[in-house]
Amino acid sequence: MSAPGQPIAHEIFDRSLARARLERALRAFTQESGADFLLQRATGELADRLSLVKRTFGVAVDLGTPGPHAAMALAGDTRIGFVLRAAPTAEGIGEGTYARIVADEERSPLADASCDLIVSILALQGVNDLPGALIQIRRALRPDGLFLGCVMGGESLNELRQSLTAAESEIRSGASPRVAPFADVRVLGALLQRAGFALPVVDLDRAVTRYGDMLAVMRDLRAMGAANALVARSRAPLRRDVLFRAAEIYAGRFADADGRLRATFDMVWLAGWAPHESQQKPLKPGSATMRLEDALRGPGEGGGQGFG
Amino acid sequence: MNEANIAAPGSPAPTEPTRIDPRLLEILVCPVTRATLEYDSKRQELISRAAKLAYPIRDGIPIMLPEEARALEE
Repeated sequence: MSAPGQPIAHEIFDRSLARARLERALRAFTQESGADFLLQRATGELADRLSLVKRTFGVAVDLGTPGPHAAMALAGDTRIGFVLRAAPTAEGIGEGTYARIVADEERSPLADASCDLIVSILALQGVNDLPGALIQIRRALRPDGLFLGCVMGGESLNELRQSLTAAESEIRSGASPRVAPFADVRVLGALLQRAGFALPVVDLDRAVTRYGDMLAVMRDLRAMGAANALVARSRAPLRRDVLFRAAEIYAGRFADADGRLRATFDMVWLAGWAPHESQQKPLKPGSATMRLEDALRGPGEGGGQGFG
Repeated sequence: MNEANIAAPGSPAPTEPTRIDPRLLEILVCPVTRATLEYDSKRQELISRAAKLAYPIRDGIPIMLPEEARALEE
């Protein structure tokens, strides 16, 4: 493990390639393609989760979400004063009652202690330095500010990964990484804690989507702008024979009874608060201000505070 | 409803150059140096003196990417 705050030297993702892919995907996006189904699902989930938090937010920032969905949801929430969408690209940045900038969530332009709420949907799985990005988010929050994020993680796309790897090693006696690695739930929880968030919570929303064939899975990924952007990816395109063998393996291993193929998307939800005095934490031993005996005697008897 | 439009409330006629929301200047810093930014309304740029970079504002949208910024001489 590297020391906290120490930059991670090697790059896993080619960020400018990822941005170019996303731009292309957003230009080609049509409502009918439905390629934003994960964003839609996650945005619904975001609205649900936010509705459970009983408070108002002066400044809310949507950081890196690859579509206007989350910013629109925030702009529709009457408890939020000012909404800023920090988009990964100006393409498809959307028109709405929110302010807009283009930013890189790995090099945040958000001032320290400037935000009351930061949300980020399906973006942070693509940064090279996730611990660093989380630290930047925590620092941008005011004390008692909330971070609510959703990253692709866990077992996402394991079917595609297995099929491509098996086919490539069969035919070319060697495999190159075709599907990005994803962080698992426990690692993400530890990262939240390490980034200094109070009351961190991590949980998983698994979406198992069904497709006609493996190529349809890959088409959807491309339409989401989520095609492989690994630095160590093979520069050579997938050979047709490898692709077809992978499709066979996929159909053989991951079909339901009706012949449709499963593709897993694990959306890992992260929640954490910027530390603040008012948050619940264990009291120091011996710091009680009331005798246990008095507490047990209950209200109304012998100088208790009374509970109304 | 919140009023998070790019144009500030009561902003002048549309012939004036697009103004960015003044609240953005409180939230944004230079992503390289974390220093505060100056707004150049004529050139439509956000200036980071410390980094000697000018971040462009295109169609009212600040582009906060160092690789898109203009290097300042001097």
